[in-house]
Amino acid sequence: MKKFNFCDGLVAPLDRANVDTDAIIPKQFLKSIKRSGFGQNLFDEWRYLDHGEPGMDSSKRRLDGGFVLNLPRYSGAQILLARANFGCGSSREHAPWALQDYGFEAIIAPSFADIFFNNCFKIGLLPIVLDTHKVDQLFQEVEATEGYRLMVNLRDQSVTTPGGDSFLFDIDPFRKHSLLNGLDEIGLTLQHADRIKAFEDKHRDSQPWLFA
Amino acid sequence: MQTLYDKLWQSHVVHEESDEPDGMTLLYIDRHLVHEVTSPQAFEGLKLAGRKPWRLDSILAVADHNVPTTRRDRGISDPISRLQVETLDDNCDELGITEFRMNDLRQGIVHVIGPEQGATLPGMTVVCGDSHTSTHGAFACLAFGIGTSEVEHVLATQCLLMKKARSMRVMVEGKLGHGITAKDVALAIIGEIGTAGGTGYAVEFAGSAIRDLSMEGRMTLCNMAIEAGARAGMIAVDDTTTEYIQGRPFAPKGDLWDKAVAYWRTLKSDEGARFDKVVTLEAARIKPQVTWGTSPEMVATVDGNVPDPAQISDIVQRHDMERALKYMGLAPNTPIREIRPDKIFIGSCTNARIEDLRAAAKVVEGKHIAGNIKLAMVVPGSGLVKHQAEQEGLDKVFRDAGFEWREPGCSMCLAMNDDRLGPGERCASTSNRNFEGRQGLGGRTHLVSPAMAAAAAVAGHFVDVREIY
Repeated sequence: MKKFNFCDGLVAPLDRANVDTDAIIPKQFLKSIKRSGFGQNLFDEWRYLDHGEPGMDSSKRRLDGGFVLNLPRYSGAQILLARANFGCGSSREHAPWALQDYGFEAIIAPSFADIFFNNCFKIGLLPIVLDTHKVDQLFQEVEATEGYRLMVNLRDQSVTTPGGDSFLFDIDPFRKHSLLNGLDEIGLTLQHADRIKAFEDKHRDSQPWLFA
Repeated sequence: MQTLYDKLWQSHVVHEESDEPDGMTLLYIDRHLVHEVTSPQAFEGLKLAGRKPWRLDSILAVADHNVPTTRRDRGISDPISRLQVETLDDNCDELGITEFRMNDLRQGIVHVIGPEQGATLPGMTVVCGDSHTSTHGAFACLAFGIGTSEVEHVLATQCLLMKKARSMRVMVEGKLGHGITAKDVALAIIGEIGTAGGTGYAVEFAGSAIRDLSMEGRMTLCNMAIEAGARAGMIAVDDTTTEYIQGRPFAPKGDLWDKAVAYWRTLKSDEGARFDKVVTLEAARIKPQVTWGTSPEMVATVDGNVPDPAQISDIVQRHDMERALKYMGLAPNTPIREIRPDKIFIGSCTNARIEDLRAAAKVVEGKHIAGNIKLAMVVPGSGLVKHQAEQEGLDKVFRDAGFEWREPGCSMCLAMNDDRLGPGERCASTSNRNFEGRQGLGGRTHLVSPAMAAAAAVAGHFVDVREIY
């Protein structure tokens, strides 16, 4: 997993609620058996005017100039500012893969869908929950100021605006530790292999039909 | 005093990473269902790390998302889809994982075949790289969707690192009206609590109307828990549960059956158990539901109208509604009954079981689809559902009415195969998501029950199914 410590990044605002993972990465790109290369198809149906299919040369496709990520001022954004219930719908991890592959390192929203939120931590993409009124403030500032950047510091659990406002966010200590160190969670779990085996033996004794 | 969720959680705790009550917990997984779309990178990761699956007999695999629903004898024509399905076949062969291949009678949508085979049993933790894994909670399982990294984690360790969710109980009390199905209950609940109303919660559905549901109905309801934001939905065990399971291929037999049933009987919330949130609906007030927008919470009753954004004070909400209506090509205040679909899709892990097909067949029997319906299709949830329906003559009922009778798979629920809507096409669909582009770029989805989809096919517009049978 990719490490995350801090990010001083350009912010792009995506001003709509309930952005689902079908919108983040449409289904036709899920046919890939690879883990990389999804960034060019992030928000495909919103970013491009033509219908995208796997294998197309994205540089030759027609962009929708009105979509926020196509505006020059947001080119190279690393922090996505979003609205409530971001990442709802399908469990596809391709959604966080696409966001990360595009270049995003953190996403700020008032709330996230559970599976998406969880998936982000597995790859080192940081989802940050801030109160709605703080997110409203950030939307106003980013839209008013070209080149608007935020400083995200995971160790301090803070998001700092150019004006000096600093907002603290919550994160589970285990997840924070894993992100700061880029830990392999499977490797960590396998350190408990004896515990898992012991549990399994006990479980087999009490519910033998599960192992028949 | 424990909730059903407490019991399921506690009986699978391997290790707690912290002393805090809501810290990360290592949870044991009993059943791992695998499909072709979210597994290839997990198998690759496993191999690259030189790891092996922890427990092969916990895994059941099937290809469902990419498979064609016509002419299976010709194989899969799209080379990218074909490679993905072949990759699953190869991974299962190489590792010795049980898989139902595309032309196996037992093949079907992963959330249909698990219960159908008795591979989903009460008290289990069930995971799959698919958000609709919540379906299996109908059997008093803790069942939830996971991402590909977690698929790899379960393959390698038989465990997941989880945080315990808060608990919610949704009570539906009383008797459902004539023609009202679990799908209407699910959409009514989502309309009530919103598409994020269940976020952070594990939801137990309870109350007399839930107890009256068949297992098929309970699966429909738990399937849609994720559309209310809840990763897991669940229902206590009763006779309906055990009767459904008995005799299925993977179900316990003989002495083990008796022992299992004795345990399963305990899988209900204790009297007086405390929930973090309780929502109550009155069954008799639930009417047939039709979604009008691009989120399942954008739902109305069939006798209602498309809402008017001008009436909404919250700006974000109003803009979302305006955007949804524009996408859906609907004017504010349009009566739902005047909406005319171009296509009809009866299928998906929500509504492609035998009971669903029977309900739809009952509506179309002796009738024909309306002239404005360009395509009406029935995609059974599994080869066995299809076979059963054919034994009952339902295929003939559908074909005579002008429907196409297809091979099992996810099909036009998410349009990964060739079954999809064209831009601007409007569909009455028994699936679970009406997101933009879900059923095809520019496609417009209205979520309904199988009977309502069938009735719309015959009338050419939405009608109140209670008035026709």
